[in-house]
Amino acid sequence: MIVKRARETNDFSENLSLRQRSGKYWHLMFLAATIIGILALSALIINIVNSVFGYVIMDSKINPSTLAVNGIELEDQSTDQWIQLLQEKLSSGALKKLEDEKPLSERSRKDLFSLIETRVLKYKVLETWSLYDSLFRKSEIVNEYLRVKKEYPGAQLQFRSWIRGDLIMRSQSSEASTAGIRTAVLGSLWTILFTILFAFPLGVGAAIYLEEYAKDNWLNRLIQTNINNLAGVPSIIYGILGLAIFVRALEPLTSGALFGFVDPTTANGRTILSAGLTLGLLVLPLVIINAQEAIRAVPQSLRKASYGLGATKWQTIWAHVLPNALPGILTGTILAISRAIGETAPLVVVGASTAITFDPTSPFSKFTTLPIQIYQWTSRPQSEWRHLAAATIIFLLVLLLCLNAAAIILRNRFEKKY
Amino acid sequence: MNERTDGDFMTQGYPIRNNGLQKKIKAGETIIQVLLFLAGFVSIFTTIGIVFVLGKDAWLFFRLPEVTLWDFLTGTTWQPHINEFGILPLFMSTLLTTSIAMTVAIPLGLAVAIYLSEYASTKVRKILKPTLELLAGIPTIVYGYFALTMVTPLLRSIFGENVVEIYNTGSAGLVMGILILPLIASICEDSLSAVPRTLRDAAYGLGATKLEVAIRIVLPAALSGISAAIILGISRAIGETMIVAVAAGAGPNLTLNPFKGAETMTGHIVRISGGDLSYDSIDYDSIFAIGLFLFLITFVLNIISQRIVRKYREVYE
Repeated sequence: MIVKRARETNDFSENLSLRQRSGKYWHLMFLAATIIGILALSALIINIVNSVFGYVIMDSKINPSTLAVNGIELEDQSTDQWIQLLQEKLSSGALKKLEDEKPLSERSRKDLFSLIETRVLKYKVLETWSLYDSLFRKSEIVNEYLRVKKEYPGAQLQFRSWIRGDLIMRSQSSEASTAGIRTAVLGSLWTILFTILFAFPLGVGAAIYLEEYAKDNWLNRLIQTNINNLAGVPSIIYGILGLAIFVRALEPLTSGALFGFVDPTTANGRTILSAGLTLGLLVLPLVIINAQEAIRAVPQSLRKASYGLGATKWQTIWAHVLPNALPGILTGTILAISRAIGETAPLVVVGASTAITFDPTSPFSKFTTLPIQIYQWTSRPQSEWRHLAAATIIFLLVLLLCLNAAAIILRNRFEKKY
Repeated sequence: MNERTDGDFMTQGYPIRNNGLQKKIKAGETIIQVLLFLAGFVSIFTTIGIVFVLGKDAWLFFRLPEVTLWDFLTGTTWQPHINEFGILPLFMSTLLTTSIAMTVAIPLGLAVAIYLSEYASTKVRKILKPTLELLAGIPTIVYGYFALTMVTPLLRSIFGENVVEIYNTGSAGLVMGILILPLIASICEDSLSAVPRTLRDAAYGLGATKLEVAIRIVLPAALSGISAAIILGISRAIGETMIVAVAAGAGPNLTLNPFKGAETMTGHIVRISGGDLSYDSIDYDSIFAIGLFLFLITFVLNIISQRIVRKYREVYE
């Protein structure tokens, strides 16, 4: 008996070092997994930054320095001189088309200069490099440049940041160096406007009903379960739903025909309104769930006090519950909106346009959005479009980061402890 | 109905004749309640809409003479222009990308969750947890860009350009795993840290090491939350669209080779509907049939996940 116990103790102490060793080993494994995760996600950011900056070889049909008049560089010339230049260099047909869109004399300086860039100078990206290559393989790049220079005498090697101040000012173009995301930004804003108009009142209304009015019966339980389920439905399914209902079945409404207003460029249901409503349905469960949590956090004593003063149920909700829950509701809505801004798949199915150069002007316009633009540019085989996609990604991520920061600040600032 | 008794009390105590104001409010209250109920009911309409829309056009699809349900479920080629509609190639590549994603996301996500909840200092956790949640909010198209421009070239330089195609399911699956990692880690961490401190202290008191406490005590206690997170991750991977649309390749291909391009169900829907799709074409109907299939799979997975949480949740005081 004593011997046995002694052996057990012995086993135990032998075992102990083994157990502690395996404990240390696994501790390192867990740490390693965390570091791997962090590294993978840093690689994602580094990869994007790597594509945003780098050397490019640009060729222009006419060297801008040859267009200097009396020693004044092209960029510093007056608007009249630019118009004159355009009239000299463009064919009469092309000029007439431009004048029909908007007379040259009424166009802004920015607009005119981008016309000169695309129509007269005709910049063309010949080759591009990533930031890494630009920093560490400079000699190879210079050799390549000298080789290209023989073929294109006007070619220039320059270090380019693809994200630049005028990226959001320029509209889409067939040339990567002059293309911008103005159309996509406006498209995103228009779409999100309708998403908010649809999802916010409905979502908050549903949350109030479920938290304040709903009795515990099968119907209300069904509604609650259903909302939780809808939050897990893949976004592309919402796209199919939007295609069948908003684009096709409600075409008179979403194309604007019902209001006697049809955008001549679309004349079907693949419009901003359809896209906004589809995204509205998509984020509705998120808005409801977040708003429910915010309403639930308002203490019961506030309601009791209000009832005690003779207020009706709705008066209590309107004057006491909602104002107290509002910061939480807004935080949840902002998070839902940032989800909607990044959605791509449902909008492809609903029918985002592949290439539009004009800005959306009404809910019944054709649309493209930031993620759609990134998708299309990424899918193109030429590397310059990937650089442009990376610049757009940076813009999108900064936008989302700002929204998230706003949500966090809102939460911290107005959070009440009861 | 507190306010009604209040009202009765008032009229008994003080004879107020004019009850018009009160009645008006009550009518308004009812209208508001009905409106709010309707807002709640929109979600039911959405579900009915999804089932009806998918069901109706899928029905049109299966009624076509070229298509039978049996061929749809067992056919090994998806070639709409020669009237071959077998979903297996699309379904297999969905399975392939999902399995690769889960092979990456489950062990890593779980390990990150255990590290955060059991080992990391409060300071580290306070930084890493919100970062995880922020990362879970990055749009999936960004991950698609990452797969195509970084992971694919990396795979090609490791395994050789002849072996790995430019578009391949392997790179899409790996990146999908990275996408789902924060989701799984975040939910698992929540359920691990919900296990009460007393359980851990009791185990330490019996001489258990930190690892033994984490693996044998905390992990089993949080198992329901963890399995729900994993199922949610699988459902997310099956429905994930933009990564596969960008990186996994176009064109259905029945292969289990992760270095070859193969279109998944979601990727196919995006490619087919990307152009101006004409209504009443067989392609249009087919995306509804695939959509219905996709919806049923993810719906069942979500239900299972909710059931697990509700049924096996350990409740501590």
